[in-house]
Amino acid sequence: MIYADNAATTKMSEAAIRELVAVNENTYGNPSTLYSIGQSAKEVLEKAREKVAAVIGAEPNEIYFTSGGSEADNQAIISAAENGRKSGKMHIVSTAFEHHAVLNTLEKLRKEGFDITLLDVHENGIVIPSEVEDAIRDDTCLVTVMFANNEIGTIQPIGEIGEICRREGVPFHTDAVQAMGHIAIDVNDLKVDMLSASAHKFHGPKGVGFLYARKGTRLTNLIEGGEQERGKRAGTENVPGIAAMAVALEEAAGNMREYADRLTPIRDRIIDGLSRIPHSALNGDAGRRLPGNINYCFEGIEGESLLLLLDDRGIQASSGSACTSGSLDPSHVLLAICRVHDVAHGSLRLSIGEDITEEDADYIVSSVSEVVEYLRSFSPVWRDLMSGKSQFIL
Amino acid sequence: MALYSEKVMDHFRNPRNVGVIEDANGIGEVGNAKCGDIMKMYLKIEDDIIKDVKFETFGCGSAIASSSMATELIKGKPVADAMKLTNKAVTEALDGLPAYKLHCSVLAEEAIQSALNDYYSRKEAEGQK
Repeated sequence: MIYADNAATTKMSEAAIRELVAVNENTYGNPSTLYSIGQSAKEVLEKAREKVAAVIGAEPNEIYFTSGGSEADNQAIISAAENGRKSGKMHIVSTAFEHHAVLNTLEKLRKEGFDITLLDVHENGIVIPSEVEDAIRDDTCLVTVMFANNEIGTIQPIGEIGEICRREGVPFHTDAVQAMGHIAIDVNDLKVDMLSASAHKFHGPKGVGFLYARKGTRLTNLIEGGEQERGKRAGTENVPGIAAMAVALEEAAGNMREYADRLTPIRDRIIDGLSRIPHSALNGDAGRRLPGNINYCFEGIEGESLLLLLDDRGIQASSGSACTSGSLDPSHVLLAICRVHDVAHGSLRLSIGEDITEEDADYIVSSVSEVVEYLRSFSPVWRDLMSGKSQFIL
Repeated sequence: MALYSEKVMDHFRNPRNVGVIEDANGIGEVGNAKCGDIMKMYLKIEDDIIKDVKFETFGCGSAIASSSMATELIKGKPVADAMKLTNKAVTEALDGLPAYKLHCSVLAEEAIQSALNDYYSRKEAEGQK
């Protein structure tokens, strides 16, 4: 089996599993209690906060543990919006290809009267910093741009955008769910004010994540209750999950360079192999993308069939086709980079993991090539393209 | 639980009656690439019996399986029976489809209807000659 859907979720690392089990077994106390097992849990919690903070160059008290990336995105955006509302600033700048945790939160705010500008991400899937600058107005209360896109893996010029936002005095949030643990992030170098991350994308457990909020950022509670997380996120802390996340993040940060050096050539080997399939195209910039992300469109076929047949060959991947999302429209990310519907339905995302070999890469290329050719053999769309009845797009 | 029934996966993995009939006397095509599903049905009808049927489909697993099953259900049958093929019959023969995939079986029904309509129009046109 070749698991190539690491952008959806990753396998927990052994060290993270050991930590999860150990904390569950030994440190099950509630960190809000005063007796020793509770205080030990509190210690585990704060140790984890220090570890996470250290990886991104933050202070421990700037880290808020959440249930994952979506909650962190929601809290960051809602907080900035509430702060803006109080001072009559009701404009937010974001991009057309954010994760739905961001887009749907922005849509909710739009209905409440906020003005939302979604920046173009162009055909290469990369935001142009000067366009962020142009979009910022006197009433802008937030700029939120994802660090790396979840479908096409393109890495955004976060440092340059951070610089602009700092100069303009506008809070800057980045959804770093796909980037965290895979590329180096320092919140001070990048001038990021808020950042969201999720443990299960870097070999930690599911259901845990964190929000970084720069000191002085006023946060709005999404969950009311106890005084956990300095009163900003109620609910007894998921101590085992948080501890395991911290272990996974430290591990990922330590291996980052080695893995990127190993993965990048394998990624490019797959891209090179897939480029030999006629009438296909890579989605997103070829160079400025996550070391494990490959996203391709194949004309004349539909993505779900491709995924099912790849699964039969032991390859797990994903697609931006409508059929895999349960909606009629294909991926908003592919539409945002100007792929038309007809072609976007035939997309394939491979997000390879650290354990992939060159042999696996070659097997992926030959399997995808065979399956695409097979599906085209009885596709009426392909027949029309080949006979000249319709025109090739790719 | 798997996304699809064994029957759906069987028809998806080994679709029956795939291809083109060069001398078809009824051809129907439904759906559009924008929505991600296109089915094309080819019928060879002799003495009001469906002697042969073939299909080509651009679409998801359930679209391919629905096309395949629909062709199986009408092959060798009188045209009058084929006219009565419903999406429900296709879905039941496949041991069910996920709710959001039911439109694939509707598309299969419509593709057959469209091919049969084409057959009747051709017949009518011939009669007028």
